[in-house]
Amino acid sequence: MDSEFTKLFELFIAASVINNFVFTRFLGLCIFFGVSKKMETAIGMSITFTAVMVVSAALSWLVFNYIMIPLEITFLKIVIFIGIVAAFVQASDTVMRKVSPGLYYKLGVYLALISTNCIIIAVPLINAGEKYNFIESLTFGVGSGIGFALALIIMASIREKLELADVPRPFRGMPIAWVTTALIALAFTGFSGLITL
Amino acid sequence: MEHHHTNDEKINYGQLIINGIFKENTIFRLVISLCPAIAVTSNVRNGFLLGVAVVFVQVMVNSTVSLLRNFIHPRIRIPIFMLVISGWVTVVDMLMAAFARGAYKEIGLYIQIIVAFASILARAEVFASKNRIIPSFFDGLGSSLGFLVALVTISFFRELLGKGSLCGISILDAKPMLIMILPAGGFLVTGLLMGFFNWIDMRFYGGKGAGGAG
Repeated sequence: MDSEFTKLFELFIAASVINNFVFTRFLGLCIFFGVSKKMETAIGMSITFTAVMVVSAALSWLVFNYIMIPLEITFLKIVIFIGIVAAFVQASDTVMRKVSPGLYYKLGVYLALISTNCIIIAVPLINAGEKYNFIESLTFGVGSGIGFALALIIMASIREKLELADVPRPFRGMPIAWVTTALIALAFTGFSGLITL
Repeated sequence: MEHHHTNDEKINYGQLIINGIFKENTIFRLVISLCPAIAVTSNVRNGFLLGVAVVFVQVMVNSTVSLLRNFIHPRIRIPIFMLVISGWVTVVDMLMAAFARGAYKEIGLYIQIIVAFASILARAEVFASKNRIIPSFFDGLGSSLGFLVALVTISFFRELLGKGSLCGISILDAKPMLIMILPAGGFLVTGLLMGFFNWIDMRFYGGKGAGGAG
């Protein structure tokens, strides 16, 4: 039991920091650069994102193991996972519009884009590829979500300052954000080798 | 989109392609579908293979959507487009797994993730769903060739500086810059190239710089 917990903890740390989705696996970059301009939107996005990620990881694990494997249609996993994710995103979109219209107004565009986001579809694919069990899949989902939130919040706090900096004109906006990300990613390489799974 | 072509209008195919590569380059100018730009570009072979996969998917999706455009109800068009895209991605995924085993081990996940590319859905929605098959075909070719060019350019610099080789053939005899093949190098090279493309736009085309949504 104890070793099992340790294993889950390692998985969590690996997913959130060592193999951080943004800085080492390069997924979800569109959203990462899109919403990291302001702290407030970054936080809203991280929360939505983590929630969507965990639930879609759980849903697709259930579908994969109880429907697709018995029916031997695992080759359709891309089609089915994107369907599950899109349906769930649509649902959370509706809920968010009712519960928090202000946040919805700000994140509306990106919420619509979330179903075409790489991380959300990558998590179920990796879970299926690595043959994680249900708890491991959930842990992986939470870890990835937290890792993404971490990246988004670090970036947002830097970019708020960057607005005031005197950047050469061709580099204003996106290019300087990329160069900054490169520096953060360099720092994150320091985590590699922390845990060897 | 500035250029709204109707069905009867004569369309300059060459212009469509040039536009896709330079003025509306998916990665450097529009700044979408970025994930693979860094993930697979640590060597030229992988960058090129993913680029080719994207060209194939984009062209096939555009053609399919354009053929089916009169049968798709506007209300449910997005899910239908997603279905078409994921179908073609599955085809590419299986082809790659069968014929390019070595590369598939490294870039397989990113091949599957083509399904989530905003650029592919965008071209299907903006162009293919309103135009006939031949223009749609060339529009798909143009926009995805821009992507291929971007991937090859990024991976060219990363492999040359990071490993001193190109396509696995060693050509530089100096000590390589390790940072270039690390994840950080991908962000750095892409950022610098993006700045370079902006500079070209400002210097020669009188643009305002600020490429992309940023």
